[in-house]
Amino acid sequence: MNVLGFVSDFFGDSAHWHGYDGIPHRLLEHVQYSLLALALAAAIGLPVGLVTGHTGRGGNALALLATAARALPSFGLLVLMAVLLGIGLVPVMIPLVVLAVPPILVTTYEAVRSVDPSPVDAARGMGMRETRILFQVEMPVALPLILSGLRSAAVQIVSTATIAAYVSLGGLGRYIVDGLYQRDYEKVVGGATLVAVLALVTLAVFWAVGRLVVSPGVRRH
Amino acid sequence: MNGALGGFFDIPSDLQHSYPGLIGLHLREALLPVLAGLLLALPLAQLCVRLRRLYPPVLAVTTVLYAIPSLAFFVVLIDYTGQTELRVMIPLAVYSLVVLVPAIVDGVRSVPEETLAAATAMGFGPVRRYLQVQLPIAVPAIVAGLRVATVSSISLVSVGALIGNQGALGNLLAAAQKYDRPVLAVNSVLTTAVLAILCDALLVLARVLLTPWMPAAGRRRPRQAAGPEPARPREATR
Repeated sequence: MNVLGFVSDFFGDSAHWHGYDGIPHRLLEHVQYSLLALALAAAIGLPVGLVTGHTGRGGNALALLATAARALPSFGLLVLMAVLLGIGLVPVMIPLVVLAVPPILVTTYEAVRSVDPSPVDAARGMGMRETRILFQVEMPVALPLILSGLRSAAVQIVSTATIAAYVSLGGLGRYIVDGLYQRDYEKVVGGATLVAVLALVTLAVFWAVGRLVVSPGVRRH
Repeated sequence: MNGALGGFFDIPSDLQHSYPGLIGLHLREALLPVLAGLLLALPLAQLCVRLRRLYPPVLAVTTVLYAIPSLAFFVVLIDYTGQTELRVMIPLAVYSLVVLVPAIVDGVRSVPEETLAAATAMGFGPVRRYLQVQLPIAVPAIVAGLRVATVSSISLVSVGALIGNQGALGNLLAAAQKYDRPVLAVNSVLTTAVLAILCDALLVLARVLLTPWMPAAGRRRPRQAAGPEPARPREATR
């Protein structure tokens, strides 16, 4: 039996399509965790990145912080939090947010900082206030890069939320972790396929959002 | 166990490794894939630099490959590798490759046209020009990519614990739960983080040594920097 056989068996079994352990419910759980973590990380990373990028200060501190956060192994942090805090949403959200903040923060900082200074100076010369400069001049130009930071954060969250099943969270990782324990490889491979597809859908969503919100004048290529 | 950190280095015997042994295993499982990724990425990147039309599709494929979650990747490989270290190392090598190719392409492309023309005028052939001009100038970009690849590789090895004790230091996490000894999880997280930071620092040191013409400290350039910016690697870890 090969991987493709497992995949078709998993998705062909109607028992996998309803109920608490059904694909729709697990998918919904996974999307909920991911969105919550992304929202929390964006709520931290975006404002800090925008302000530091606009003022151009604190770049070194930011890089140091990001390196430190990146060095923390997310799976290790996940298990550690679960061991220390018990089972629940909080111990899972901590590593997911720690994982997602650095890409958002650093990319946003870089994006705003690398905006061409001449339109910014022009805006300042026209008498625009700093907040308007940030939101009406720098943001639109920096948007493609900011979105790419959010995108890589989102993809990482989706894949790490899978691992969260190991510490008793729901989501698509349940199929993989349970399947491994039950030696039910159909389930394992089915779960892996679902997660991979969800990650690709995330990419596609960000691509579509980029087409919608990025001004055509800024769009590259 | 005495005190909060009692038994920090008492590794359960079923892991079949001492503490230094686990560190060595972890470094091997994490760094060999990065090395393999680099060796594959260099020719592939050069191909993309030479054939410009090849780059956009390669970039698309790498983005998609990078999105495949590590656990899914590990799981699917069992048919082909069995329960061996390769099962962890192949995905890590792919992730490294995927991070390094754009970094190297951007780095090599950032070499100014005049520099290349000067090298040609001095009689450099394409191979010598690549080895002695393009590659050294691209070192900052390549190292930046290597840093991201190395740190994420070190962190990802731990996930191997989920697929049957292939996680080196990550196996301590499973042991922490099994024996209800949180200290082991603390040990795993701290040791992994320290390894990642050390490797990161070594790479920064390597860059400083390899690019003696760059200003060592105070890389603060004015906003309107003239000349080629060192390419920024894709901000990516998981």
